[in-house]
Amino acid sequence: MLKIENLQASIDDKSILNGLNLEVKAGEVHAIMGPNGAGKSTLANIIAGKEEYEVTNGAIELHGEDISELAPEERAHNGIFLSFQYPVEIPGVSVTNFIKTAINETRKAKGLEDMPAKDMLKKIREKSELLEIDRKFLSRSLNEGFSGGEKKRNEIFQMAMLEPKLAILDETDSGLDIDALRIVANGVNKLKSKDNAVIVITHYQRLLDYIVPDFVHVLYDGKIVKSGDASLALELEAKGYDWIKQELV
Amino acid sequence: MKYTEDDLEKELETQEYKYGFYTDIESETFAKGLNEEVVIAISKKKNEPQWMTDWRLEAFRVWEKMEEPEWANVRYEKPKFQDIAYYSAPKEKPKLNSLDEVDPELLDTFKRLGISLDEQKKLANVAVDIVMDSVSVATTFKKTLGEKGIIFMPISEAIQEHPALVKKYLGSVVPTTDNFYAALNSAVFSDGSFCYIPKGVRCPMELSTYFRINEGGTGQFERTLVVADKGSFVSYLEGCTAPSRDENQLHAAVVELIALDDAEIKYSTVQNWYPGNKEGKGGVYNFVTKRGICENNAKISWTQVETGSAVTWKYPSCILKGNNSVGEFYSIAVTNNHQQADTGTKMIHLGKNTKSTIISKGISAGHSQNSYRGLVQINSRAENARNFSQCDSLLMGNACGAHTFPYIEVKNKSAQIEHEATTSKIGEEQLFYCNQRGIDTEKAIALIVNGFSKEVLNKLPMEFAVEAQKLLEISLEGSVG
Ligand SMILES: Nc1ncnc2c1ncn2[C@@H]1O[C@H](COP(=O)(O)OP(=O)(O)OP(=O)(O)O)[C@@H](O)[C@H]1O
Ligand SMILES: [Mg+2]
Repeated sequence: MLKIENLQASIDDKSILNGLNLEVKAGEVHAIMGPNGAGKSTLANIIAGKEEYEVTNGAIELHGEDISELAPEERAHNGIFLSFQYPVEIPGVSVTNFIKTAINETRKAKGLEDMPAKDMLKKIREKSELLEIDRKFLSRSLNEGFSGGEKKRNEIFQMAMLEPKLAILDETDSGLDIDALRIVANGVNKLKSKDNAVIVITHYQRLLDYIVPDFVHVLYDGKIVKSGDASLALELEAKGYDWIKQELV
Repeated sequence: MKYTEDDLEKELETQEYKYGFYTDIESETFAKGLNEEVVIAISKKKNEPQWMTDWRLEAFRVWEKMEEPEWANVRYEKPKFQDIAYYSAPKEKPKLNSLDEVDPELLDTFKRLGISLDEQKKLANVAVDIVMDSVSVATTFKKTLGEKGIIFMPISEAIQEHPALVKKYLGSVVPTTDNFYAALNSAVFSDGSFCYIPKGVRCPMELSTYFRINEGGTGQFERTLVVADKGSFVSYLEGCTAPSRDENQLHAAVVELIALDDAEIKYSTVQNWYPGNKEGKGGVYNFVTKRGICENNAKISWTQVETGSAVTWKYPSCILKGNNSVGEFYSIAVTNNHQQADTGTKMIHLGKNTKSTIISKGISAGHSQNSYRGLVQINSRAENARNFSQCDSLLMGNACGAHTFPYIEVKNKSAQIEHEATTSKIGEEQLFYCNQRGIDTEKAIALIVNGFSKEVLNKLPMEFAVEAQKLLEISLEGSVG
């Protein structure tokens, strides 16, 4: 589904990604771990098409097609979803209005009519129940005054509404309490299928107890320096990153 | 493919005026220039009684001695007042009972503006009194209103048919001597609307007037007078769009509202005069005086969505004369390219327990300048007066400006006054977030701006709110892609 080859990217002449390779197939769950500042969010943003970063080398393919020239909204229309590490506030725009606009704009891009209000409502009801979100919450301004955990749960609600092909969850677990973590993880699991894929960026094994990864990658200094199965995450949790850094020298 | 603020700015300025056309309706226009003869001629043309002619002449003599105000935070080339034709009317002034009788070309104009009267009649239950080039050409719904004793007609007709009412209230809130533009308007106003709601009557529909400027080089001086008698209620809508034009067009309207005891007037405006091209050439000068007076327990709400005009100078105000009276001002002002707006309100608290609310949302893009100027005045006898003001500014790009000039004068210690102000910017993070969800930048800006303006949009009558949202989108939209 997603194939990244030798990706190099920089911002203001500062190199952040230094030849990164990653392949994600449909039906897989990949976890990306790594120390602060390693470039995890940068990778997520570049896949999503953030134009601030300059891609100096390498290719990103989605379903076998190069997406590097696509605008962020076009990538979204092609099924890429990013759950932000720090979701932004949009005052005065309700969660409902926002997600309605997002769905209808995506449909418009595909030449479809707006989703009938009845279907929209049904879907909102279904997905908010899945994630145990109070309906009143949906009429609030997007992310305005939301607690850290509420913001993350709202990201996953949007993911559930948009049903992406490739979901990238950037530290979705941080800020979630123990119950919320379980609810959100269950939500993600329910949305998983053989046709879509998930990349989970996290610092903690905790989340991976619920969302079990097929692969775990260590991103360090702008590269993936080690990959393994779910047990690698346990090892990292126990030992930290020093041993990997040492392996590199 | 970096998307910078400069790109955003470019997108915003490339939008051309959507309603840039004008119709070829045969018009009769006075020669340019203004003197006593012209004032008398206007009055004669309208068959006015002597008291009206005298009233105009008095205004003219005052105006001649006045200076154009300079204090507003706007810069423009002063209109040459002797270069303006002060009267322009379609040659035939047909009296029409139905839309079928309206000049087809005119109907076509309305269609191009996206305002189908038929549709409005059906959907919105709106009575429309169209003012085109200073003369009303169609009045609808007169009958329904007539049954309730409501008078809604061109002011020129009201002067003929209800002289006592007009004489009593005209100039009672905005005296002829009030300011330069009000004096000019009083001398030369050619038409406008008059509305009277009898005691205890709730007007069953929104009253609406669409103002248009259509004749090259004619200033337009509309006069609106709304009187809500004791215990009555009326919601009045005013909307305008103007055809594209190269020379500046002057618009100096006067609106007077009178809310007698226990009455309520809701006055909503969507203003979309031609703003000039993206270099700042052309465009309408909008110098308006709008003021209302509240008697005991009365309430006046001004709601405005201002997206047009090259220069706007406008302060809808409330004189809270009666005890327990309430004044409200809800405003959205959008400026783009080289537009300049200096707008706000005055809340004059005279009575006891008077209350006022001011919510102002300024949105600036391009090289525009957007100023809020508001006065809250609590007079010595206004016990327990309260005011809440909130002024929010939203900036797009780095070349525009937002300014807030709140003036507060308190002469009574029991007053409670709150003022809040915020300035924010549409950030690239917000745009990227929207983009990531499949919403393109143009739509994202519309979404963010609508969210920012929501508190005010919510105050508009439903059918107007939809139009207003569209207008916000149009006035900020670029040509993405
Ligand atoms: N817009 C930017 N301007 C300047 N530097 C940036 C920008 N974005 C990222 N960086 C830098 O790139 C590096 C990688 O940042 P990134 O946010 O991708 O790290 P991360 O792996 O997600 O870290 P964390 O675990 O703390 O979330 C950091 O040194 C960061 O300061
Ligand atoms: Mg990060």
